[in-house]
Amino acid sequence: MSKEDSSSGFDCRQAFSEELATLAQTDPRIVAVCNDSVGSSNLGAFRKAFPDRLINVGIAEQNMVGVAAGLANAGLRPFVCAAAPFLTGRALEQIKADVVYSDFPIVLCGMSPGMAYGELGPTHHSIEDIAWTRAIGDLAVIVPADPEETRSAMRWAVNAARPCYMRIGRTKVPAVMPEGRAFELGRATVLRPGSDVTLVAIGTMVTRALAAADQLAGEGISARVINAASVQPLDEQTILAAARETRGIVTIEEAMVRGGLGSAVAELVSQQHPTLMRIMGINDFAPTGNASFLFEYFGLTPANIARTAGELLRAH
Amino acid sequence: MQAQQQATASAALVSDPVALALWRARREGFEAATSAQRIPLLRSSANHIRRQIIATIDRAGLGHIGGDLSVTDILVTLFEGVLRIDPAQPAWEQRDRFILSKGHCAAALYSVLASSGYFAPARLADFAAPLSPLNGHPNRRKVPGVETNTGPLGHGLPVGVGCATAAQIMRQPWRTYVVLGDGELQEGSNWEAAMYAAQCRLGSLTAIVDRNRLQQGASTADTNELEPLADKWTAFGWETHVIDGHSYDELLNVLGRAPGDKPRAVIANTIKGKGVSFMENGVEWHHKVPSAAQVEAAIKELAE
Repeated sequence: MSKEDSSSGFDCRQAFSEELATLAQTDPRIVAVCNDSVGSSNLGAFRKAFPDRLINVGIAEQNMVGVAAGLANAGLRPFVCAAAPFLTGRALEQIKADVVYSDFPIVLCGMSPGMAYGELGPTHHSIEDIAWTRAIGDLAVIVPADPEETRSAMRWAVNAARPCYMRIGRTKVPAVMPEGRAFELGRATVLRPGSDVTLVAIGTMVTRALAAADQLAGEGISARVINAASVQPLDEQTILAAARETRGIVTIEEAMVRGGLGSAVAELVSQQHPTLMRIMGINDFAPTGNASFLFEYFGLTPANIARTAGELLRAH
Repeated sequence: MQAQQQATASAALVSDPVALALWRARREGFEAATSAQRIPLLRSSANHIRRQIIATIDRAGLGHIGGDLSVTDILVTLFEGVLRIDPAQPAWEQRDRFILSKGHCAAALYSVLASSGYFAPARLADFAAPLSPLNGHPNRRKVPGVETNTGPLGHGLPVGVGCATAAQIMRQPWRTYVVLGDGELQEGSNWEAAMYAAQCRLGSLTAIVDRNRLQQGASTADTNELEPLADKWTAFGWETHVIDGHSYDELLNVLGRAPGDKPRAVIANTIKGKGVSFMENGVEWHHKVPSAAQVEAAIKELAE
């Protein structure tokens, strides 16, 4: 195990496990499938409440995802819970063929994504998952920013009955979403209005983008902040409005800069409303360090986001 | 003209009343028959399916003919004598689940599904045509009777384990049958699934290995030896049977058994290209397309 995150805020896994148990109370179709990850996926309470509905296949991710497809074939609604790097990296072909191409209502829950496992290193980091999953058919790719959005996205996923990949964060985050805002696929949330520059962020980076906007305000720069939790499909309208109404877009994600959120935004605006952009994220395997050190290392800090946005405006 | 052909080929597949009635009549005849009488019934159906496979691949100009012919007797035995299914209701919740993990043998599966009334046999002419639901590998959203999309190897057994696990959780009596290629067993995912099926005592699950001993480019023995194959399944906690995969008697005997408390592995020894003398055991017939003269000769050999 990596060290406990002692920073303030909420671990979205807690909200996830509570919500899963709540949903399972009223919906007997819901089952959890995991890979010896009862602890790391916070499934202890679920197992206690629904011992027959927790399917722990052991350390075997390909089988885990295939089994979920078989369970869905029978009418069940599997939530597949596994550390994001192993779920997406080890079982990518099962995700493609058995879940998305076969079109089963399965929620793939990538636990502790990004660099949450810190010192455990790049084998345990999941920074490629967004690029990988975003390329598969019509798989919905969702990165909630806080516990409430995590819960809301889970409720949405049960009703949507379609293949979804959802990141479930381990790194603590504060609540950032307005109260009562229900998750909808393909809809982003403008968390802060602004007219000079736009910061589009997901997951752990949303709170950092908000802090960067505060700093920019001190410099007289008005920054719009968008939480683009629905990475695939993107909220095209909200992103294009930002491209038209502000002078540049900075994307910030705890993921590889090749193929992630920044790429998605660039694909959109470069074709519909060419806009200056900066893509902030991770560009290589990380050195040793905990998540907060690695955020600093890769420049994913409010100060550096603000600096990047300021430079972007000066590039005009 | 081309657009018209595509529109015809792309039409959705729906249950065919004529084929369905014929299949029901055959199933009733099968149920009423003695064990000895059942053998010629299945042989006749299998001959028909083999001819249909040759014709389908001939028209499409592609297919995996060798494996189609090795797995035919297994498929015919399942669909004509074993599976509890209703082709008029492919989504019937209580149906037995059948998964062809070796999805490249789609022509054999489509032929059997059409003969069971899931769709009209005439639609086999659309196999691999532009926009056809009958893709080179089966798609459950397009082909009634297909439970999960297969094609990449090593996917069917894990999904079958999921179906059998669901039956266990939901306390349902349906059974799950997965047909695997032997070369396919080189994929590690099968052994992840095998281990877990035994752990859960999934007695309702049967894996049938089409043991034709050839893979795409060479024999399994020369590529990545599978033997001792029966010992492997047994060591993984399965009830293991080794049979002649072209003997309807042996197939019916093992597939008709009530579920035990272990998953069941049936290693069905088969001949790649079975039924067509010049294709049998020929590695080149993995996906070679026969010439017109070869088609004629093959159909002649497969006459009643």
